[in-house]
Amino acid sequence: MSHGNMNLTLKVWKQKNKDSKGRFETYDAKGISPDMSFLEMFDVVNEQLISSGKEPIAFDHDCREGICGMCSMYINGRPHGPKGGITTCQLHMRSFNNGDTIVVEPWRGAAFPVIKDLAVDRSSFDRIMSAGGFVSVNTGNAKDANNILIPKDDADTAFDAAACIGCGACVAACKNSSAMLFVSAKVSQLSLLPQGKVEKQDRVLNMVKQMDEEGFGNCTNTGACEAECPKSISLENIARMNREYLGASFTQNKK
Amino acid sequence: MATSSKLNSKIPEGTLENKWTKYRSTVHLVNPANKRSLEVIVVGSGLAGSSAAASLAEMGYKVKVFCFQDSPRRAHSIAAQGGVNAAKNYQNDGDSVYRLFYDTIKGGDYRAREANVHRLAEVSGNIIDQCVAQGVPFAREYGGTLSNRSFGGTQVQRTFYAAGQTGQQLLLGAYSALQRQVGMGAVTLLARHEMMDVVTIDGKARGIIARNLVTGKLERHFGHAVLLCTGGYGNVFYLSTNAMGCNVTAAWKAHKKGAFFGNPCYTQIHPTCIPVSGDHQSKLTLMSESLRNDGRIWVPKQKDDKRKPKDIPEEERDYYLERRYPAFGNLVPRDVASRAAKERCDAGYGVGASKMAVYLDFEANMMRYGQIEANKKNLHNPTKETIRALGKEVVKEKYGNLFDMYKQITDEDPYEMPMRIYPAVHYTMGGLWVDYNLMTTVPGLYALGEANFSDHGANRLGASALMQGLADGYFVIPYTIGDYLSEEIRTKAIPTDHEAFVKAEAEVQERINKLFSIKGTKSVDYFHKALGRIMWEKCGMARNAKGLTEAIAEIQQLKKDFWSDVRVPGEQNEFNTELEKAHRVADFIELGELMCKDALNRNESCGGHFREEYQTPDGEALRDDANFAYVAAWEYKGESNFELHKEELKFENIKLAQRNYA
Repeated sequence: MSHGNMNLTLKVWKQKNKDSKGRFETYDAKGISPDMSFLEMFDVVNEQLISSGKEPIAFDHDCREGICGMCSMYINGRPHGPKGGITTCQLHMRSFNNGDTIVVEPWRGAAFPVIKDLAVDRSSFDRIMSAGGFVSVNTGNAKDANNILIPKDDADTAFDAAACIGCGACVAACKNSSAMLFVSAKVSQLSLLPQGKVEKQDRVLNMVKQMDEEGFGNCTNTGACEAECPKSISLENIARMNREYLGASFTQNKK
Repeated sequence: MATSSKLNSKIPEGTLENKWTKYRSTVHLVNPANKRSLEVIVVGSGLAGSSAAASLAEMGYKVKVFCFQDSPRRAHSIAAQGGVNAAKNYQNDGDSVYRLFYDTIKGGDYRAREANVHRLAEVSGNIIDQCVAQGVPFAREYGGTLSNRSFGGTQVQRTFYAAGQTGQQLLLGAYSALQRQVGMGAVTLLARHEMMDVVTIDGKARGIIARNLVTGKLERHFGHAVLLCTGGYGNVFYLSTNAMGCNVTAAWKAHKKGAFFGNPCYTQIHPTCIPVSGDHQSKLTLMSESLRNDGRIWVPKQKDDKRKPKDIPEEERDYYLERRYPAFGNLVPRDVASRAAKERCDAGYGVGASKMAVYLDFEANMMRYGQIEANKKNLHNPTKETIRALGKEVVKEKYGNLFDMYKQITDEDPYEMPMRIYPAVHYTMGGLWVDYNLMTTVPGLYALGEANFSDHGANRLGASALMQGLADGYFVIPYTIGDYLSEEIRTKAIPTDHEAFVKAEAEVQERINKLFSIKGTKSVDYFHKALGRIMWEKCGMARNAKGLTEAIAEIQQLKKDFWSDVRVPGEQNEFNTELEKAHRVADFIELGELMCKDALNRNESCGGHFREEYQTPDGEALRDDANFAYVAAWEYKGESNFELHKEELKFENIKLAQRNYA
């Protein structure tokens, strides 16, 4: 079934599992409509592969509206492709030209092992969250919400940091595979709010420790993470986290 | 009408206002030492699942959480945009627990249980308190207090929000509480796992069979209780605003193991979604209901008007919601707004290339906000351009991410021209039948959030899904589960080599083998799309007996075709997304048939269920309270065989009336 008149060549990373060696495979994507999303283009290719008895390309995706953080394609050397401020699922084929060759790889990073083809394991992010990405408040302990007054600017800045979708593009973009933007976004959100200030020192020390243990690299301030982040999370968060970390390291009472 | 003897809703005695307070103070407790040896399985990690798992773990239960995504944070609650309701009355505009209760019952077209809905309204305020304490960054006023916005079906401002990402922020709050418990070892997290079946022993739910989606291996897990927090089944229509992975499998397996399915035909078609652009489309995108608060919906008064929207003068525009429903205007409930859009488009007044769309226009409110900003900034005699620029900034702050998303998808700038919108499947009010404790008809098996049928009747009001998911998880199940588990303290963990586990796993394995053995010619998506077309055309926004009867036959045929001609590539013991989809679509096909049967049985129109044979002269839904004021709870009796049980809905506090938003 034809949908449109774009014809493209895809060079896609294929890898059976984390223990096997991968390689690029070439596929034709024919009859693509410019109104399709990048993932819908993959649907068409997979449909053709299945009907010709071949194995489809595995990739992660879910909400397809740019908020769940599941999709994760490294397109022509950039996480989430050529356009800024969006995820792969929001990238439309009108951003490409008929006849283009498109190279698609999974996220790269020691802490993101490949599961299959373009799908990677990002559970390291969950473990960093478990190390301290929370306010320690059990259900039922909260007082009336308006008893905590928060200046609008603080709330807005915290919200901007909280907009992180945990997709891992920052890690994929970074030459060091650093997770500093991801971790700092959560550290910032919570340390900017009075609710999170109480345990801000433990939080930053524990989250950074876990980040290091997962095998993420360090930050050398190239800013690639911010440039490629689909939610435009600011590099200022990393600066804030470094301040918090330094402060905590000096003053924390080591037991 | 009498309630079936097989259904005991366990609604506590007492006055409406006191039922929950009294009940939660007298429900059986489990002492801390016993909690440590009681295991609870939670399937799904959205708002209901994450909040329930975190709360139960905090209380001391041993909890296992399963989700099919790579992280609990990706559950589809994340995509909820507009907000969460709570009867805080922070705006001093006449809100109260009773009013939220009343609005919800009325919004649901008088097809929900009074006691459940009142409880929901009672705990709504606690939800906001809890979320704020967790660090959820809700929108705030300059004075530092929380901000509110309006939503459909109400005349007060009770919706709390975080830009257009409220679901994301609430889920990340619940997820952080969950990850905290994971870090402490109180919760075992099993991501990329899909529940394949419920295991019952002596009639009680005692665990699940899950498939590790990375290795493909089947696993057995024991639990003293199993909580299904697995969301709704809107993807039965193929095209919906649900995420691609949303599915009915867990609920459907539970149904086949004895859990009755409540009101399966109640589907919510959301009025403001980006219209379908082509047959390649894999999903539809919602534009939050909060936009209706600040936007005006209209179509040209002239049929097939080819002018650009900006060139159509005010007097030639039909603001049909404001015309038909002056009291609520653009803020009528979703079912009403959706049908009104369909009516205009069917009559030939639709806009855009497909003519199946209406305009959602922000121009008037941008100017209004701009004027307020100019006053705040003490600007005297600002130009029209200045006012508009100021107003645009306000709109950007409130809905920026939604406007960006619209532009990304349609390649049109909604700040410069009205959005084109059309209704799309969004939510399912139906779900597993549960009693007041949220327990299904299988002892020990619970359903929370969208997966149950309980609180929204035949139509859910906007910003109430987040409220219900979190109410169930944070503030209901932690109490009501004690009623069951207090009787289970003597039950030792059952080893998973028990014959019931072995048998359940063998059945799952058999189905997987069968799927691979068909080696047919058509992909899973082919069948899913075919099912979606049948459902949308014959069990969608408008239904009739003839269409539903046809649909049932067509679905039965589709099921035969699926099981003889589907092609599932690859192998079991690997990451195989086609196999995952095949399981889900096979279950959707069976559910689709039940939905049509339920819709055919309900010879009335109510909320999202609109039977063309039953409407008022004005085209509004015409209920039949004498014959249909009941919950339809369906029991699975074998292939294509379902038995109806009725739970009578008693309205002791609210007078039944024809809904009137005019």
